[in-house]
Amino acid sequence: MVTTESIIHVRNMVKKFGGFVANDNLNFDVYRGEIFGFLGANGAGKTTAMKILCGLSLPTSGEIKVAGFDVYKETNLIKRNIGYMSQRFSLYEDLSVYENIRFYGGIYGLSRKLIRERADFLLETLNLSDIRNKLIKDLPLGWRQKLAFSVAIFHKPGIVFLDEPTGGVDPITRRQFWEMIYQAAADGITVFVTTHYMDEAEYCNRVSIMVDGKIRALDTPEGLKKQFAAATMNEVFLKLARNNQSV
Amino acid sequence: MNTILFILQKEFLQVFRNKNMLPIIFLLPVVQLIILVNAATFEMKSIRLQINDYDNSGISRQLISKFQGSPFYNITQAAYTSLDPESSLKKGNCDAILELPHDLEKDLRTKGVVKVQLIINAINGTSGGLTYAYTASVIQDFNGILINEQIRPQNPDKSRTIATTHSFWYNPELNYKTFMVPGILVLLITVISLLLSGMNIVREKEIGTIEQINVTPIKKYQFIIGKLLPFLIIALGELAIGLTIGKLLFNIPMVGSLPLVFGVAAIYISCILGLGLLISTMTDTQQQAMFVSFFIMIVIILMSGLFTAVENMPHWAQVMDLFNPIAHFIKVMRMVLLKGSGFNQILTEIYYLTGLSFLTLGLATWRYRKTS
Repeated sequence: MVTTESIIHVRNMVKKFGGFVANDNLNFDVYRGEIFGFLGANGAGKTTAMKILCGLSLPTSGEIKVAGFDVYKETNLIKRNIGYMSQRFSLYEDLSVYENIRFYGGIYGLSRKLIRERADFLLETLNLSDIRNKLIKDLPLGWRQKLAFSVAIFHKPGIVFLDEPTGGVDPITRRQFWEMIYQAAADGITVFVTTHYMDEAEYCNRVSIMVDGKIRALDTPEGLKKQFAAATMNEVFLKLARNNQSV
Repeated sequence: MNTILFILQKEFLQVFRNKNMLPIIFLLPVVQLIILVNAATFEMKSIRLQINDYDNSGISRQLISKFQGSPFYNITQAAYTSLDPESSLKKGNCDAILELPHDLEKDLRTKGVVKVQLIINAINGTSGGLTYAYTASVIQDFNGILINEQIRPQNPDKSRTIATTHSFWYNPELNYKTFMVPGILVLLITVISLLLSGMNIVREKEIGTIEQINVTPIKKYQFIIGKLLPFLIIALGELAIGLTIGKLLFNIPMVGSLPLVFGVAAIYISCILGLGLLISTMTDTQQQAMFVSFFIMIVIILMSGLFTAVENMPHWAQVMDLFNPIAHFIKVMRMVLLKGSGFNQILTEIYYLTGLSFLTLGLATWRYRKTS
C-alpha cells in the first residue's frame, strides 16, 4: 500500500569527506509502503547516503528523519525500526542457516520462542527447511542473498534498506529476489533499494537518480521515461550520465 | 542481558567450530609451557673454562682438580699452553680462561700473595658476572684450604672467619622451574587473550558483518561484553590447564589461595582483552592488528620482569612498569603461588590491575563506534 505519508524525510543533506562532497544537498521523501529505487553510477554517493539514513554515518549537515526519528540524536531508535542488507555479504559463513537467524533475531531483542516460530515459518516459505543446519559457506550465492534479505526483515522493521542486493546473482534468482521484495512491500515494509541494474529500476514505485553526489531526477519510472523521452530506464540513465560528462 | 547471551552463544559456536584455531588455543600453550619452562633457564651448569697452567706445580694442579670436581665447570684445556689465549675465546671454544702464572707455588710460599688472571667472555653481562662470582668463590674456597692446611698447619685456630648460615625460603631447592612456570604461564594466557580479542572485531570488519551489527539497536556495552566474556572464560580455562601441568609435571608449589589467583587473573585478562579490543578498533585488517599486537606484546613482555628483575631496571623503566599489566600479574602469580601471599599483601597489584582494566576497556568502548 503506497501512501503519501513521508517515512524518510531528507532536506538539504550534505556529507563531506574532507574537501570531497559525496552528498551535495539532497532533498527527497520516501513514502510509507513504497519501493523506492535509489539509482546512480558507481561512486555517485548512493552508499554514503544510505549509510546516513541507517545511522551508520553522521551527515555533515541537513535535516533528516527516518521513521520519524532524527539521525543525529535518535540513531538507536532508527536502528530499532529498520532492516539493512549491505552490498557485502553479511551472514556468518561459519554459522548455520538457523544459527544466523537466531543470532540476528536475538540481537533485535526477539524472544527465543518467537525466533523459533518465525524461523520455522520463514524456512518453510523459502523452501529451505531441510538445510536449516547447513553452514552458510556451503550454500550457493543466490540462496545466501535471499536468506540475508529474510534476516534483514526478520524483526519486521518499518523500512528495509537494500544496498545493491542483487550484485553477482543470476537473472532467475534476481527475479525471485524481487518477488520477495514485492512480498515485503505487500506486508507493509517500505523498501529503499540501490541498484545499478536498470531493469530493476522498472520494478520500483519511484526512482531517484544520483549523479556526482546530486539527485538529478526523481519520479515514477513512467514519469522519468516521459520526461527524458526515453523508451527504457537504461536510456534515461545514460542520458543523465552523458549529460553530466559533457558539462 | 538476553542480547548478551545471544552474542555469547554465537561467539562460542564460532570458536569451537574453527578447526584451525582450537589446537592453537589449547594445544600450543601446553606444548610451549613444557618446552619453554625446560629451556628458559639462567642456571649455569657447564661453564667451559680453559685453564692455562704455566706453573705446573702441586698447588696449581690441586686448584685445577678443584675446578674439575665442580659440577659447574667443564674444563676444556688444563695443560700448559702457548696458544694465543684469545683465540679460543674468539672461536667460542670456551667461556672463560684462567691463567695460572709461573712461580705460582713459589710466590705463594715466599710472598704469601699471588695473582691469577681470569678472562671472561662477557658479551652476556649476566652470565659473565655469574662466571666471575662462581670462579672467585671456588678460588676463595681453595684459599681457605690453603691457609688452614698448608701455610699455617701448625695453628689452625688462628684462622678466623665470619661464616654465613643461610636458608632459602619459598624455593628451598633453588629450582629455576618453580620460578619460571608462573611467569611463562602468564605469557601464554596473555598471548592468547591479546591475539584472540585483537583479531576478533577486525575479522568482522574484514568480512563485513560488523556493519550488519552496527545497524542493529545493540548497545555498545552488550556487544563488548558479549565479545569479551567468551575469551575471558577460555583464558581462565587455559590458566587452569597450565596450573595443572605445572603441578603434575614440574611440581611447582601452590602455597597460596587458588581462588585468589583466578580472581586476580580475571581482572588481568579483562585488561589484556580490553587492550586487544582497543587495537582492533584502531585497525582495519587482521594483518595490521597482528603487527600492532606483536609490537606491544614484545615491549610489555620484555619489561615484565619475567627474565630480568624489575627492581634492577632504571628508575624510568620501573615507573613505566607501573602501567605494565604483565609485570603486576607475574608478581601476583609468584607471590601467591610460591610465597602464599594473601589478598592484603597483593592489594597494590590488584589496584593497579583494576585501574588498567578500566583504562583499556574504557578506551576500547569509547573508540568502538557504531556511527562514524
